[in-house]
Amino acid sequence: MENRTNPGSEQLVSSPMALTRKDFVSDQEVRWCPGCGDYSILAVAQKTLPSLGVPKEKSVFISGIGCSSRFPYYVNTYGFHTIHGRAPAIATGVKAQNPDLQVWVITGDGDGLSIGGNHLIHALRRNVDLKIILFNNRIYGLTKGQYSPTSERGKITKSTPAGSIDYPISPISLAIGAEATFVARAIDTNPAMMTEVLTVAAKHKGSAFVEIYQNCIIFNDDAFKDVYDKSVRIEHSVMLKNGQPIRFGMDGKKGIRMNGIQLEVVEIGKDGITENDLIVHNDSLPDSAYAYLLSRMNVPEFPVPFGVFRRIERPTYEEMMETQLRDSISKKGEGELQKLLNEGDTWMVE
Amino acid sequence: MMDIKKRQNLQDVVIRFAGDSGDGMQLTGTQFTKTSAVLGNDISTLPDYPAEIRAPAGSLAGVSGYQIHFSSHEIYTPGDAPNVLVAMNPAALKTNLGDIDKGGIVVVNSDAFTDENLKLAGYPSHPLKDGSLSSYRVYEVPITMMTNKAGEDTGLSKKEIERCKNFFALGLVYWMFDRPIDVTIKWIEEKFAKRPQMGEANKKALLAGYHYGETAEIFDVHYHVDRARLSPGKYRHITGNEATALGLVTAAELAGKHLFYASYPITPASDILHELAKLKSFGIKCFQAEDEIAAMGAAIGAAFAGGLAVTGTSGPGLCLKSEAINLAVMTELPVVILDVQRGGPSTGLPTKTEQGDLLQALFGRNGESPVPVIAPATPGDCFNMAYEAFRLAVKYMTPVILLSDGYLANGAEPWLIPDLSKLKAIQVNYWTQKEGFFPYLRDKGTLARPWAIPGTPGLEHRIGGLEKAEVKGNVSYDPLNHERMVHLRAEKVARIAEDIPDLTVHGHSSGELLIVGWGETFGAITVAVDQLRAMGYSVSSAHFRYLNPFPKNTGDVLKRFDKVLVAELNLGQLALLLRGRYLVDCQSLTKVQGKPFAIQEIVNGALKLFPQKMKGAEEGKIWRIEQTQVLNN
Ligand code: SF4
Repeated sequence: MENRTNPGSEQLVSSPMALTRKDFVSDQEVRWCPGCGDYSILAVAQKTLPSLGVPKEKSVFISGIGCSSRFPYYVNTYGFHTIHGRAPAIATGVKAQNPDLQVWVITGDGDGLSIGGNHLIHALRRNVDLKIILFNNRIYGLTKGQYSPTSERGKITKSTPAGSIDYPISPISLAIGAEATFVARAIDTNPAMMTEVLTVAAKHKGSAFVEIYQNCIIFNDDAFKDVYDKSVRIEHSVMLKNGQPIRFGMDGKKGIRMNGIQLEVVEIGKDGITENDLIVHNDSLPDSAYAYLLSRMNVPEFPVPFGVFRRIERPTYEEMMETQLRDSISKKGEGELQKLLNEGDTWMVE
Repeated sequence: MMDIKKRQNLQDVVIRFAGDSGDGMQLTGTQFTKTSAVLGNDISTLPDYPAEIRAPAGSLAGVSGYQIHFSSHEIYTPGDAPNVLVAMNPAALKTNLGDIDKGGIVVVNSDAFTDENLKLAGYPSHPLKDGSLSSYRVYEVPITMMTNKAGEDTGLSKKEIERCKNFFALGLVYWMFDRPIDVTIKWIEEKFAKRPQMGEANKKALLAGYHYGETAEIFDVHYHVDRARLSPGKYRHITGNEATALGLVTAAELAGKHLFYASYPITPASDILHELAKLKSFGIKCFQAEDEIAAMGAAIGAAFAGGLAVTGTSGPGLCLKSEAINLAVMTELPVVILDVQRGGPSTGLPTKTEQGDLLQALFGRNGESPVPVIAPATPGDCFNMAYEAFRLAVKYMTPVILLSDGYLANGAEPWLIPDLSKLKAIQVNYWTQKEGFFPYLRDKGTLARPWAIPGTPGLEHRIGGLEKAEVKGNVSYDPLNHERMVHLRAEKVARIAEDIPDLTVHGHSSGELLIVGWGETFGAITVAVDQLRAMGYSVSSAHFRYLNPFPKNTGDVLKRFDKVLVAELNLGQLALLLRGRYLVDCQSLTKVQGKPFAIQEIVNGALKLFPQKMKGAEEGKIWRIEQTQVLNN
């Protein structure tokens, strides 16, 4: 009974720190459709991972089912391609068992928001230190093109020939509502943005939720064209920068201000509006109402925000779990099994 | 205390306490059990309570009961027909009287026999007055009034004092059966340390009940049951759920690891979560998941990361976990799945017992999905089988299903406390060797794959629910590889048969009839066989604790008997398996009433298979139990 440490930690001999992209590329042939947005996300992840200072044996990628969920096969760390929707639950077990590991969850809009919605909510609210990356392509790709929980209403797909009658859900709004301590958005066509967002997400202590707009070239091509096509990007998207006024549009002429309890788009210089009227982005407000308002911004009325919506500090689930165990041991001493077996009213039979 | 009344010796007694679910009958029963256990009797108990937390007071649906069998010799069941009924109200009398031995003792709280309560219980006339109880020895005791009097100067309200009436009843029964009150006094003092007034009132009620027995003119005799001659050693009183929890902790300890317990609250398994959540100083990580699936998922995650992981549930939860159990089958990770069975299908009978999940445990998953299944035979055996579940899981790298049930979970018996130093360690060998490592390499003997856990440098690999290429473990859709893998997984589980005890026979090793059971039915079958043998019949029994794979001598044992009768609390699931596997013409004796078998039911079921020897008296007995069905006969 000498080995009472956390399984895994006894063998945590760090591998050489000078890791490169190559170290994170597995020997498996990547099997997404040519032109799929998943490729660029994978490339950014493989490039970013070496810079995080985490030895690759301590990195674990856990996914559910769907196109995005093939991701772990292509990253040369520990990986677990699990079952539909359950990755956050399985990842919670991994992280709780061994908090030394850096645990990533790769999911999609169907996997994470439909069949696995419940697990996503609870992993977030518990603040398990998981990096949850949701590839949102607004469609079911692997099952060949049915509408998803993020598909727009009226969407015509194989399962909705007359148009979808579901109202879509916003992953960011959901994550904020579920008490996630880190919430951000990026898009597959902007590697620099993805690198930045994934890096801060990785460094965040607690549940980090990142939505990545991902183009499914086969079943939902150009889903984000009205947000990020070169021709409209400047007017239809905005990068959130902490401590800076929220500005967008040609020459940063436009901005977002509070009007009552609502946001509105204003133009600087028009009707006496100056930069001072704009909201200065603060991702660390204790109350999540502001981040939620941002999460509702959508085209055509608003530009779509990218970057970090919310980032707050809270003790993590696995930390608190360990603390309770330590406290109990320091109060009562390490449990003695024979004593435990002998507890209660006992008697001798001669 | 003076002992001026007559004292009569008895070998064994069955008492049932029954009252409203708010009357504290479970507590009363547990206290009586503990005292009897400490006194050295052998004991076996059967709690029976409604699924509703508080069904309407006084109603038939709200009746909660606790049966205890205590004796001066070894016993195996909570007893068929109680000799004594303590009924705290008319509803309790009405729902329980039918089970009581004719000539048995009935103690009633006469204060509760008000017009309103009689109406709630559906009594057209007053049972204490209309002569309907003439075949019982009835003691009418004004329990409420006497409890109120006893608690008068505690400063509590009348309502609060009245709540102590179960302790009055307990005190009285303690006197009737010559039990000491000190175990309960000690318990009250600890339990009510923060509410001394309440403790005082309970103590006074207990004493008042005891003294009432001693002095009231209505009781002219009390009874004594000597201590039983159990094997020597130190004992404690234990329920199946407690034993399961301790068995899991012990297995983890003997593996040099900490337990990871993931569960979603569900009756009747929640107690295990409660027990383990208390044991933080043992380093146990308890995860109350958002649902059953997440509990199984987290257990898989913990096992992947090197933990000794277990998830606890009951039948409906097992349904939800099926897909995830299959993931553990495919990824060959050691996870213990505990199913404390209850009456089904669907939500079924949450607080009642049944053995309806056997086939689900074996086959309730898509594809060819072999999972070892084991089942404890008694409450105390839950300890052994919990340990065994982990031993097999870790050694063979496989999920293992442990099938307990509501009767084992809540039933109690004396338990010989094991000596830890005599238990075998569970070998946990994480793979660390980089050279030649593949995730689906196999041990030549057990066919287990390596347990290579995240954090180990050089062993980075990916697993998942898609079919694996043999050895290398990459995704493979190759038809022949799939076939090989299906066979390998099946063979791995089949080989466990080499590693488990043979099926033993109680009675003669061959003969006319073998009664076969599994799980909780052990006690009733064993006693029934003893009775049948005493009557001169050639009957033996064999009890399965391993249901997948079966012990390797199973076929031999079955074939040594002319007839095989499988007694189980379902419609014949084990019988189906044995027939299919061994081509033996098993008969079924089944019962699905949310209750365990009575010994008599098994005796009768067996006698039906001996028509030529049947005598008039026995024939009568057989047909008395109409709801027990003998199929295939
Ligand atoms: S179906 Fe769509 S999401 Fe899936 S791999 Fe092809 S392009 Fe990518």
